Parts: sequence; structure tokens; C-alpha cells
Amino acid sequence: MGIALALLGAASAALFAGIGSAIGVGRAGQAAAGVVTEEPSQFSRVLILQLLPGTQGIYGLLIAFIALSQLGLLGGQANTSMSVGTGFMYLFACLPMAFVGLVSAMMQSQAAVASIGLVAKRPDQFGKSMIFPAMVETYAILALLVSILALNGIPA
Amino acid sequence: MSDNKYYYAVARIRSRELSLLNEAFIDQLLGAKSIEEAMRLLQDKGWHMPEEYTTESDRVEKMLAAEKQKTWDLIAELVPDMSVFDVLLIENDYHNLKAAVKEALTSDIHHDIYSSGGTIDPKVMNSAIENRDFSLLPEEMRDVAEKALDTLLHTHDGQLTDIIIDKAALSAINAAGKKSGSPVLELYAELKVASADIKTAIRAIKTGKDKNFIKEALAPCESLDTERLANAANEGTDALYDFLSLSKYADAVPELKRSPSAFERWCDNLIIRNIRSEIAHPYTIGPLAAYIIARENEISTVRIVLSGLINDLPEESVRERAREMYV
Repeated sequence: MGIALALLGAASAALFAGIGSAIGVGRAGQAAAGVVTEEPSQFSRVLILQLLPGTQGIYGLLIAFIALSQLGLLGGQANTSMSVGTGFMYLFACLPMAFVGLVSAMMQSQAAVASIGLVAKRPDQFGKSMIFPAMVETYAILALLVSILALNGIPA
Repeated sequence: MSDNKYYYAVARIRSRELSLLNEAFIDQLLGAKSIEEAMRLLQDKGWHMPEEYTTESDRVEKMLAAEKQKTWDLIAELVPDMSVFDVLLIENDYHNLKAAVKEALTSDIHHDIYSSGGTIDPKVMNSAIENRDFSLLPEEMRDVAEKALDTLLHTHDGQLTDIIIDKAALSAINAAGKKSGSPVLELYAELKVASADIKTAIRAIKTGKDKNFIKEALAPCESLDTERLANAANEGTDALYDFLSLSKYADAVPELKRSPSAFERWCDNLIIRNIRSEIAHPYTIGPLAAYIIARENEISTVRIVLSGLINDLPEESVRERAREMYV
């Protein structure tokens, strides 16, 4: 039971953060395609903005890897006798990345779409346009840190 | 309606907004010394230049029609369900209904009186009226078409027929605005109906119409109490101005006192000012609706400026009529 809870945590981090990023990159991609249809020279600029909501998926994957590694699931030495308490510890340690990853990727995509609109109208403001969606990244990074610290703090 | 559909469309519109005419360009256009110079300026902006035309007016109208078509072609490419924009097209349908009803009274056929760009094919409209087959028309138009046709046939009163159709058109615009689910289109419809009601009230005072006639002619509107508007119009111009001064449309009073064209300009500017916030919305239908309205507005301003040049009107008089631009 403990190992199942721990695995649920690892899967949640990859799953929810990945879903958020997929939605976010998809939305920003639609906006980017709209700009490139009218102005193909803006491709490289809008591509960078499109990719910004994709980082949460990578963070979620990182947390899932750390958790799976600590659980011994990557090396085929899983601790199947893990206590329920320890299982819950893994689950809760992964949740910040899972939920903040999901929400921040979706919110970041809104900012990225708005910034793509900004680049469409003022290509010279590309630098500034990157800052607005990048601000949302802060919270994904904070959640990543909390999840890493919590996973590292779980007694073996 | 889900607002999440329009990421691609709004991004394309953002790029297109760069080619919208701004105040500086309109100033430049107003300063043109000849129609040729003005047309060259528009050509540089990417506007269509017709190669075949009979007169300068014909050339201008062909250019403006092509520009209008470009806008609708772009929107049709971006939005799968165009019915959301019915509010912007319904006016053409009712104009065509008016034309068809009046044409039914004569034996002549006048294809050029029909306006393109409505939601109903003018041929269908004509056939529905000529054969009294109102089932060819949308449900909400059937009764008014029958009533207008019967009124014209029995009374030969074109003005009364116009009033019946105009009121129905405004009610349809209002309903379509609400149905669109877009705050911009709803606002557009509301402002359109309110300004039309004010115009009707002014016209009724000038032609000495009675209270019942005015009440009958005014279309229901949320931002104006039409009952009180009719009462004020019945009392006279001063009472109407007093009523409007206490309403949301107080700014209209000085314009109404100046001239009918100043009021027309104020109405169009009011719409543009109210939709301008859509420049900042990243993914709703609002920026698309605002773009269409902005394009219609610039087309109408270009028509005013070019007509001024063709008819040798003084620059100042044309400048007074030029509308505010969206960007």
C-alpha cells in the first residue's frame, strides 16, 4: 500500500504538470501560428514564447524521476514493504509540483498568448514580452524546489 | 460560446491591426490635394485599386466594396460559425427587405438597390416578397415582412413601411447582440439601437409626428427609457435635450444641437471608443468583432474623405465628418 501511494505521487507530478504544459504549449502554439501566418519572419520570436509553458512538464518529469529513483523502481529494487506513512510522505512531496505545475502552465499560456499578440504588434518589444509569461515560471520553480526538498527529506 | 477557440484568430487579427488606418493617416488623407493623391496613399497602405471603372465615384465604391469583402473573407477563414456576427449583418437584410417590399409595388426590377453582405441572399428575399412565400425568410422576419408588404399595398405609405421595418431591424440587432454571447457585440447592438431611437425621436419632432407614432417607431432599448423618450419627443426639442442630458447619452446633446452629421459622427465614435479595450484582449471573440467594426468605420471614413475630394468640399467640412480610428 505504501509503495502504491508513493507511486501515485510520482505519477501525479508527471501527469498533472505534463497536462498543464500540453494545454499551455497548445494554446500558445495556436497564437504563434496565427502570427506566423501573417508575418513568417516572427517565427523564432513566437516559438520561444510558445515553449515557455512547456517547462512545467519537464519539472514534473524531474520530480517523478527523483521519486522513482528513491523508491528503487528504476533499478528494479522497489521497496514493496514500504509503510503507508512513508508512502503518504512521497505522495505529499510530489503534490506541489503536480498542482502548481498544472495551474501555472495554464496560466503561463494565457500570458504567453498575450505576449505573442504583443510581439505581433511590436516586434521590437520581444525582450519585454518574454518577461510577462516568465514571471509565472517563478511559482513553478518554487513548487519544484519544495517537492525536491521534501523528497530529499523523506527518511530512507 | 467558448472563448478558448480564438487563440489563432486573435493572433492573426493582432498582426492585421497593424495595417488599420490610424488618425495620422486619416490626417494625411484629408490633406490630399486630389482624388489621385488620396488613392495613391490608400494603395500604399495595401488597399485594392479597381482597374475598371466608369467614374471616380464608381472607382471609390468598387474599392470600398473590395475592402469590405476582404474583411469578411478573413473573418470567414478564422471563425467556423459566422452566425455570431449576424448582429453586424442584419441591417443589410432589413435594408434588402425594405427594397424588396418597395420593388413589389412596382413592375420594374432594380438589382442595384439590394445591399450585399447580409445573411439572406437578396434573390431569396425578393422571391419571398414577390410570391408572398414568407417561409423562405427567417422566422423572426416573416411577420414583419408580411405586415410591411400589406401596409405598403394598402396605404402606399412608404414612410410607415420604413418605420415598421426599421423597428424590426433594430429589435433583431438587439436580439442578435444578446444571442452572440460577446460583450462587445452586445454593446454594439445596444449603442446602435439607442442612437437609432434618438435619431427617430429627432426626426419625429422635425416632422411633427404625434406621441403614438413616436412610441410605435422606437425600438426597445435597455440604456434608454423609450416611453420617456417618446414623451420628451412629443413635448419638443428642449424636452428631448433635457431628457437626454440626464441619460447615459448626455454627450449627444451638444452634437445634436450642432448638426445631424455631427450626431452621426458622435454615434460612430462612441462605438469605437467603447470597443477600443478589445485591443488588449488576447483570445476572445471580442477582438475579431472589434476588428470588423473598426474596418467598417475606416471604410466609412475613407468614403467620406474621398467623396469630399470628388465633390470639391472644403477640407474643414470633411474633417468634421471623419470618424475616430480604432488604432
